[in-house]
Amino acid sequence: MEASKVIHAIYTDDDVLMSAVKTVRAEKYHIEEVFTPFPVHGLDKAMGLAPTRLAITAFLYGCVGLAVASAMMNYIMIVDWPQDIGGKPSFSFLENLPAFVPIMFELTVFFAAHLMVITFYMRSRIWPFKDAENPDPRTTDDHFLMEIAVHNNEESLTNLLKTTGAVEINIVDKDEDAH
Amino acid sequence: MEYKISNRLRIVAIILMFLGALGVGYGFIDSHSVDEDNIAEFIANEGHHGDEHATEAHGLEEDHVEADHGHGAEAEVEGHELSHEEHVLHQIHNRPYAALYVAAFFFFMISLGVLAFYAIQYAAQAGWSPVLFRVMEGITSYVLPGGLILLIIVWVADSHIFIWMDENVVAHDALIQNKSSWLNKTWFLIRGLIFLGGWSTYRHFSRKFSVAQDLADINDNSNFKKNFRISAAFLVFYIYTESMMSWDWIMSVDPHWFSTLFGWYVFASMFVSGITVIALITIYLKSKGLLEFVNDSHIHDLAKFMFGISIFWTYLWFSQFMLIWYANIPEEVTYFVTRIEDYNLPFFGMVALNFLFPLLLLMNSDYKRIPWFVVMAGVVILFGHYLDIFNMIMPATVGDRWFIGIPEIGSILFFAGLFILIVFNSLGKYPLLAKGNPFVKESEHFHY
Repeated sequence: MEASKVIHAIYTDDDVLMSAVKTVRAEKYHIEEVFTPFPVHGLDKAMGLAPTRLAITAFLYGCVGLAVASAMMNYIMIVDWPQDIGGKPSFSFLENLPAFVPIMFELTVFFAAHLMVITFYMRSRIWPFKDAENPDPRTTDDHFLMEIAVHNNEESLTNLLKTTGAVEINIVDKDEDAH
Repeated sequence: MEYKISNRLRIVAIILMFLGALGVGYGFIDSHSVDEDNIAEFIANEGHHGDEHATEAHGLEEDHVEADHGHGAEAEVEGHELSHEEHVLHQIHNRPYAALYVAAFFFFMISLGVLAFYAIQYAAQAGWSPVLFRVMEGITSYVLPGGLILLIIVWVADSHIFIWMDENVVAHDALIQNKSSWLNKTWFLIRGLIFLGGWSTYRHFSRKFSVAQDLADINDNSNFKKNFRISAAFLVFYIYTESMMSWDWIMSVDPHWFSTLFGWYVFASMFVSGITVIALITIYLKSKGLLEFVNDSHIHDLAKFMFGISIFWTYLWFSQFMLIWYANIPEEVTYFVTRIEDYNLPFFGMVALNFLFPLLLLMNSDYKRIPWFVVMAGVVILFGHYLDIFNMIMPATVGDRWFIGIPEIGSILFFAGLFILIVFNSLGKYPLLAKGNPFVKESEHFHY
């Protein structure tokens, strides 16, 4: 596979990083990725990333959870083995509904939360035993790294990045096979 | 930014009060057109009412149709059964008082909820909200007048709302006799004055320090620190007195019934209504171009609170309902039997308005930033919480003879007018930005 060149600009402050991202985008360069030790508010908007659709999936998973809980409680408590609990015979789903509401609520939350996290991992291409894509371990501590693709414009890009307050600028060969 | 109540708004408020007063007056005159002499005739003419009742679906609790049908403690009075005529007559006469009381409490609880919200902002040293402080201070100016009017209504209405204020009833009721060291009119009014005194003292000083902080030197935060301390102290006082207030002013209309989480339940109602009104007034003032320092993110945060506290309210409503429904103890469950049988539409309609609507309207993050969306959700929430108070008071006072008619709407209009007049007058007294607050810069730049 062909190796492509990328430039790594390293920053030590999230505010400097934010304004750098804005400057680089204003100059019409394409930012491949930004690595940060913690979530930086508004970075996604500054990078021009499309809004997340995770919330929509969470809503749908919640609906699935609600449906599963309703069907489950109906089968267990009404259809399969109706019992008389506290003088409330289980012959009708609606009449026993208040007792099922806590279960329906819990399963709604359970489905929405767990499936949303799993979706997030899949979408971010993270799974057990996967090698880290992180190009520089310092980004897990106190450094911020901006990755920009290079297309025969090393010099102008380097000069631009210097003006944005980068503490370190490296040009590296990115091996696509590495991940 | 200075604000003065516009003439148009003042005229609107005065017209609302005038129309409301007409409605309230009509309610009293109309209810007294029925008296001992013509009550039998009145009931006979009303035949359709009985039929309706007999064919009503009996909901969840079929084994409890024998139980008290929402006639409050009255029907349970041992050895002193009222005749049906007397009973209906009482309910007809109670209605205008109860209608007035529900509306008065509703607008009072909005301002009290805002006062608690305001104190929390100070105690938490919140950085996002100081640009809204003057709006909140304006709304809390209604705590004292609203509370005093409420106590006057109690004083005048007496046993028309609180059955335990009727000596004849107490004389025949062992349960109320046991509670009479707490539930008696003098001690009730003294307690009411203590609660109101504490709340409005805090309100007075927090407003005073907030204004003083504006004029103080840039390095002098002593007024802010004082506000922080009294806010923390107030919150402790508030959570006890708010709970006692809810037993006194609301739960005691059904003096046989009790619920241990009632204080929290009423708190959730007042908190969400208060936050909703902060959002509505903020959006109103912003539309006049007066709050240019309030941005989308502030509206977004208020809408998040509206959404979250609506769900919190539902959680408490359901917690109270489910435990009583499951345990099915007669003296507890009559409360819900009454509401499900005689108040089916407002009781379940309120859950739809207070839970389903905010849940679906405000779930989407983007919608929380659209002012007309927040206004729409806010109107639904306010109406839902009016119904909530209606469902708390009416079953014990007018039983199944409820209707949202001229007395109720008149009372709402009257107190809405008074609320607007007091709140917007107070808003006009000081600049709309609490510029001395040490967090005000952070708040102006608040961005989500």
